[in-house]
Amino acid sequence: MLYIKCPHCGLRSQNEFSYGGDATVKRPELNKEVSDRDWDNFVYLRKSPIGKHLELWQHISGCRQWIKVERDTLTHEIFKTLKANEEV
Amino acid sequence: MQKYSVFSLVKNAFKGHKDWEVAWKDPTPKSEYDVIIIGGGGHGLATAYYLAKEHNITKVAIIEKGWIGGGNVGRNTTIIRSNYMHDENGLFSEFGMDLWRNMSLDLNFNVMFSPRGIINLAHSDAQMNVYSRRGNSMRLNGIDAVLLNREEVRKIIPMADFSENVRFPIFGGLMQPSAGTARHDAVAWGYARQADSMGVDIIQNCEVTGFDVSNGKISGIRTSKGDIKAKKIGLCVAGSTNILAEKLNMTLPIETHLLQACVSEPIKPILDNVVTFGAGHFYCSQSDKGEMVMGGDLDGYNSYAQRGNLPTLQHVLTEGIAMFPFLSKLKMLRTWGGIMDMSMDGSPIIDKTHIEGLYLNCGWCYGGFKATPASGWTFAHTIAQDRPHKLNEGYSLNRFSTGHLIDEKGLGTKTWIS
Repeated sequence: MLYIKCPHCGLRSQNEFSYGGDATVKRPELNKEVSDRDWDNFVYLRKSPIGKHLELWQHISGCRQWIKVERDTLTHEIFKTLKANEEV
Repeated sequence: MQKYSVFSLVKNAFKGHKDWEVAWKDPTPKSEYDVIIIGGGGHGLATAYYLAKEHNITKVAIIEKGWIGGGNVGRNTTIIRSNYMHDENGLFSEFGMDLWRNMSLDLNFNVMFSPRGIINLAHSDAQMNVYSRRGNSMRLNGIDAVLLNREEVRKIIPMADFSENVRFPIFGGLMQPSAGTARHDAVAWGYARQADSMGVDIIQNCEVTGFDVSNGKISGIRTSKGDIKAKKIGLCVAGSTNILAEKLNMTLPIETHLLQACVSEPIKPILDNVVTFGAGHFYCSQSDKGEMVMGGDLDGYNSYAQRGNLPTLQHVLTEGIAMFPFLSKLKMLRTWGGIMDMSMDGSPIIDKTHIEGLYLNCGWCYGGFKATPASGWTFAHTIAQDRPHKLNEGYSLNRFSTGHLIDEKGLGTKTWIS
């Protein structure tokens, strides 16, 4: 069982959360020309590192806020949780 | 190589089983090979075997970080099928079915291929429509498919929940009678033994630490047992693809995820087929030992841990009990996890790369085991001829940027959603 400390609600079990993927992926800016390569990178390409991974989770059965979680993909240890608009 | 047969068994029994040859050797790596295959799982071993058998390339090394058959080929739920709707997947997998049917003879190793049939249950009229469409597509590609109504399903699996007041009543199902299971370890061992006998060096406990790439060409690898040269190198490391891709400065349309499976305590024979639940993600078969072999969803977050968490198992088994209520009486014997290459459209990649001499075989998602022979056969062709075979043309690396996705399930890029 993973225990994730929601920055809004405190420590809760993984059952209350749903996963949202790599938090470092940035959507190309709106209203600007986007190259095919940049769009391809954004939609499909993922580093999926072994070790520290910054990812999005949604506290879907709690406050329903999106949050950022820094987690180890090998040991599942959670180092840090942040509000969605906070940077590491 | 010593041939396995009833006569060799009897002969060796009289000698107290002391004269059996080793099934494969434990060589030290040479300084150079024609082809290096990284990854000694089912796909890597099959690739080396077909390189030797079909293309006469025998100066081949398989480099394996752990031991052969210790990864996903020893961790899957052994299901073999070709019940796909899209041409690329259907034709590729059906080609594999022919290889499965002949595998025990071809490898002189009993892989216990058991074509017991797979049934995908449907729980609504809409799902029956979708299954009839998929069944028709399969039949157009020469794959056997039978659409079963509720009563026909009941005759085959009477122990499923056919009561009227359930949340997901069984409307019918789509069956592929020629699908089945095989003994997964035997597949790895059979390919390893044959590849070794044709001159392939199987090098275990040898980790790849780097690649020698210059001017867009690959010339060798660096390993924990020294540098090895080769002009052609095939990556066949599903589960660890992103780790090696990082060493090559490549970013791939793949996320690495964790998938669990489990077996119950052994019980008397009850289930003759492979059955999948249609209102979630759960599948079940019964092993020859009597254990119920079960699996389903990913744990749902990026992971390289070969072990999972209980909430996912609970979720998966809840679906199992909805389908087969008797499962609730069974104790679990073992649970385990493996790591999957989840590609962004759910289909694999077997292709060349932008680096000359580097070939990629990855992205197998949930379905790597059944693809073992077809994957090895087409990957060997791609490496030997330096171009994909018609069967794996669709599994290209650039299909994501060109928009030619093979999205069998229509899930899109959120690979953890099932």
